[in-house]
Amino acid sequence: MITTSLVQAIPQGVDYIRILPELILSAFGIVIMLLDPLVDEERSQKTLGLIALAGTIAGLLSTWHMAQSPGLAFSNMVRVDSFSVFFHFLVIAIAAVVILSSFEYMAVQKIRAGEYYALILFGAVGMALMTSAVELVLIFIALEISSISTYILTGFRRNEASSSESSLKYFLLGSFATAFFLYGVAMMFGATGSTNIDIISRSLQAGPVQVLVYVAMALMFVGLGFKVAAAPFHIWTPDVYEGAPAPITGFMSTAPKAAAFAVLLRVVFAINAPGRFWLIWVAAALSMTLGNVGALVQTNIKRLLAYSSIAHAGYLLVAFAMTSPENSATGISAAMFYTAAYAAMNVGAFAVVSHFANAGERYVTLEDYEGLGRTSPLLAATLTIFLLSLIGIPMTGGFFAKFYVFSAALKANLIGLTLIGVINSAIGAYYYLRIIVMMYMRESRKEVPVARIPFGLGIALATSMVATLYLGLLPNRILQNAQQSAQDLLRQRVPNPTNAAQTQPSEAVQPY
Amino acid sequence: MVPLSYYLVLSGFLFACGVTGFLIKRNIITIFMSIELMLNGVNLSFVAFAAHWHALAGQIFVFFVMVVAAAEAAVGLAIIIAVYRTRETLNIDQVNLLKL
Repeated sequence: MITTSLVQAIPQGVDYIRILPELILSAFGIVIMLLDPLVDEERSQKTLGLIALAGTIAGLLSTWHMAQSPGLAFSNMVRVDSFSVFFHFLVIAIAAVVILSSFEYMAVQKIRAGEYYALILFGAVGMALMTSAVELVLIFIALEISSISTYILTGFRRNEASSSESSLKYFLLGSFATAFFLYGVAMMFGATGSTNIDIISRSLQAGPVQVLVYVAMALMFVGLGFKVAAAPFHIWTPDVYEGAPAPITGFMSTAPKAAAFAVLLRVVFAINAPGRFWLIWVAAALSMTLGNVGALVQTNIKRLLAYSSIAHAGYLLVAFAMTSPENSATGISAAMFYTAAYAAMNVGAFAVVSHFANAGERYVTLEDYEGLGRTSPLLAATLTIFLLSLIGIPMTGGFFAKFYVFSAALKANLIGLTLIGVINSAIGAYYYLRIIVMMYMRESRKEVPVARIPFGLGIALATSMVATLYLGLLPNRILQNAQQSAQDLLRQRVPNPTNAAQTQPSEAVQPY
Repeated sequence: MVPLSYYLVLSGFLFACGVTGFLIKRNIITIFMSIELMLNGVNLSFVAFAAHWHALAGQIFVFFVMVVAAAEAAVGLAIIIAVYRTRETLNIDQVNLLKL
């Protein structure tokens, strides 16, 4: 017995393959940190950025390699299945696009620091680990890796008071929310004697559910709700998104959100969290309404997109309100498709905003966008596609994302929530269309210089545009992938005697 | 032996103290200390549950939490210094450039 548990505890070669993307991204991040002080500051920026980009590409390739050996690793702490592979691809691809769109931004804002790129990579490590971790404490650590990196990135325009202020707010409220998440983990540990999601799931199915479990679920929902910017834990979002550097806002509003939604999917569906229905119902309805209503009155485009991201978190949460197993599968796949589509369009929109903002982020109000259709038709057309996708116009990813979520909700008989969602989509259309109207139908009232689109940003925009249109025209492949992952995730819930023997960790019941 | 509930009540009390401090204090450093208090409350309940379940893992978690809290403190203090440099105040009410 002792020898087998020891052999299990020693990591095998395959264990490392199952965290290969994280290892590679960390290695590239460390290389950038080491090179940063050695190379000439003026010229090094682009080089370090390119190393980071190479890191993300290596990360994507290693994700493919990781996908070939699914299973558990490191004493059942990490699980590689199609679910985690899906989110690995998503998070690392977002990091790559953000790095591409940062080259020009960093040069224009005259920010010189290699650790910017290193932090994006470290953040991606944390987010990728969040999606494959099946141990609540490991999820907590991964969450902190990603959060701490983003806290620093938010404050990267060091000399701007608004940037450090937004960083402070993000940091204080973020740690506050993480403490709640951790308290929930402790409660769950107290209720079930384990922090492993599989074991928790099994012990919850075995007996009557204690009060402690409900408390634990609620506390964990507070922590994760903060990370995905769902109401009523959304108040930080507009301030933080406004103060952060524009490419980082694009990063923050997509990658950590996707990772947090992945954790939420695992916690909600793999554990089959008890008593979650009304919690999620209220949070979804509130997020959609408050996000859209808040966005109506905004004059700063970053704030507007922040409120829009709250609203989109609400639409996404609708997919979490499913309770029966059949509906859960459609809900999970709809949520996964939504995160992918939202990431594509939002990263693209923020890439346009970061190009347009210019030195010191001077041009970020809606007024500045007046007449953009004439002065810079290509940029305006790109932004229009992203905005149409955010509305949910057919032929774009946003349409199918909303379509799948709402049809899943209808199938699960969530008429009220679907109705609120559809009404909110109509409200949302107003403020997105307002930007488009301003770009094409108004004369520009002030001189706004628009630089030529540089190569790196061009690729970033093209990638997100192709992804948005691809998801809108040929959604089948990604959807099938999402459905497969949903099946994988739900299968883990069913107690399987052969699996159960395997997943029993040796330390759970060991006396000391 | 001290019953489990005593520890849990104490840890809940510590956590609640932290939450209250976070909400009512106006000095950034004090707010930050309140967060640490919340984490320590959590740590106490981890240890208590570890003893209850005879699971060593619960005590190991405390070390992880402490390490993460230390990393968070390093970043947090750096951010507070950056804010102080631009605003010359540690009162959260005066850090109000962005409308909340």
